[in-house]
Amino acid sequence: MTAGWLLAALVLVGLVGPPLCRAFGLDGEAVDLFGRLAPASLEHPLGTDELGRDLLLRLLEGGRISLAVGLAGALLTAVIGTAIGLAAGYAGGRVDAALMRLTDAIIALPLLPLLIVLAAVDPIKLGLPAALADGGLASIWRIVLLVALFGWTTVARLVRAAVLSQKERDYVRAARALGAGPWRIAVRHVLPNVASPIIVATTLSIGNIMLTESVLSFLGLGIQPPLPSWGNMLTNAQELIWQAPHLAVWPGALIFLTVIAFNLLGDGLQDALDPRGDAGI
Amino acid sequence: MAGYFVRRLVETLLLLLVMSFLIYGLIGLMPGDPIDLMVSADPNLTAADALRLKALQGLDVPLPERYWRWLSATLSGDLGYSRLYARPVLEVLGPRLLNTLLLMGTSLILALVIAVPAGIVAALDPRGPVDNTINLLAFAGFSMPSFWLGLLLIILFSVQLGWLPAGGSASIGESGLLDRLRYLILPVLTLTLLTAGTFIRFVRAAMLEALREDFIRTARVKGLSTTAVVIRHALPHTALAMITITALHVGSLFSGALVVETIFAYLGMGKLIYDAILGNDYNLALVALLLATLVTLVANLVADLAYGWLDPRIDYGG
Repeated sequence: MTAGWLLAALVLVGLVGPPLCRAFGLDGEAVDLFGRLAPASLEHPLGTDELGRDLLLRLLEGGRISLAVGLAGALLTAVIGTAIGLAAGYAGGRVDAALMRLTDAIIALPLLPLLIVLAAVDPIKLGLPAALADGGLASIWRIVLLVALFGWTTVARLVRAAVLSQKERDYVRAARALGAGPWRIAVRHVLPNVASPIIVATTLSIGNIMLTESVLSFLGLGIQPPLPSWGNMLTNAQELIWQAPHLAVWPGALIFLTVIAFNLLGDGLQDALDPRGDAGI
Repeated sequence: MAGYFVRRLVETLLLLLVMSFLIYGLIGLMPGDPIDLMVSADPNLTAADALRLKALQGLDVPLPERYWRWLSATLSGDLGYSRLYARPVLEVLGPRLLNTLLLMGTSLILALVIAVPAGIVAALDPRGPVDNTINLLAFAGFSMPSFWLGLLLIILFSVQLGWLPAGGSASIGESGLLDRLRYLILPVLTLTLLTAGTFIRFVRAAMLEALREDFIRTARVKGLSTTAVVIRHALPHTALAMITITALHVGSLFSGALVVETIFAYLGMGKLIYDAILGNDYNLALVALLLATLVTLVANLVADLAYGWLDPRIDYGG
């Protein structure tokens, strides 16, 4: 549960930090070219980056965005995955077979190369109006959609397995006997009972989604600067690794801590919600 | 069994075909039309020239026909010409693919070498201090952003200690094996540490499952030592799960290799795909992506077949 506390702290700081700093008049985007790459000091507790912006403030802002992407992506993944898993598990037969084929096909594909292609697609060519397509907010939405596009498979499989085990239970038969239609049974009766694997899988997926977002941002295809994200803060850090190694350490460390916290939390939830005896030898 | 194999093979090829069409379309949606780029770079090209060039390159026909032309050319062996490298695609791909396979293969083997003993040791004393430590390390392994680990290793070994080069595949002018090995160390280390994390968890879970079986209890009751029980009875039982998981991980190994190659400027397929996509080299990007997909799909196919072949309880007939 240490993970839980760590997470709570991170999320709180991420949410509260930037608005608080802005209230104090500290500007995360203030550029100070004379103070580039400064090491830690009283004025800049973690130093400055390549444009003289305060690193701590950027980390807070970036954290907000990275966390938002992680949570939104996980939510979207959960929704899509649950819908597909529920449909496949409950409907059975050819629908199930077709959906599972699709899921297996997507799982079998190499993730990152395809994400790079998708991220590099120009939404204007797809017909989106330029004003919508170029903003920083658009890059956030794009990332969320992209990670959800591939991430739903784990949740779908888990939900399908859980639904299959619930399908034969008596309450389902009772509901059917009372005349409830398949939709109603699936959503109102089966779904609440498969909630725990969904919660576990979603929590575990947050870490993965954050990692994917950070990789894409690092490669320049995710969150676009000047919007900070822990990933894209590392993009320039590599060139400056000889002059200012601290730029590379902090954003990555925060990604690492957040992801491992979510993973430990998910693992803990799994143990709590789905206990299995561990026999020693 | 043969029927299953044929069916899976057909499915794989079909998927590859569908992917090739999708990727072909997606690449067409990327910003930067090559002809427009040429026009904007050269003030002497007129609009009429642009139209002629487009007709010459076959860019004025609708998408399905363009795709068909590409497909027939590829199937007859002509993989196209890379704009970025000014060489035929096949020439560019060959050595890069080998580099990546070298990176991936070495990392995979090392990761298994680390993960199998660690997973076994962890499984022998569940929830104990050793297990908790190994578990935490494993979590750390797969929670770490690959590029961050790479950067940290560069800071430690290249910037601070100066022992290893910070990037590249080989020294200029040198082609010795030992030299290439020096450049391989950090990329392999990065990829290995990341993969080992996931593998440790799987080995541990597989061992825990195996140790729960009745035949293990029988072996213990018969008086066999822990080592004998683990190595001679439990471990072979986990081999099935291990093979499947390893083969299924080729996909994420490839993605990891992509990032590692980009950080260390290691001349492999991953970096090639990245450069090609960002450099608008469509021929190269398309073929490279399809090759990556093919490798991953083949690994999955091998995993499925190995699973069916090794476990006599599974019957794929019909």
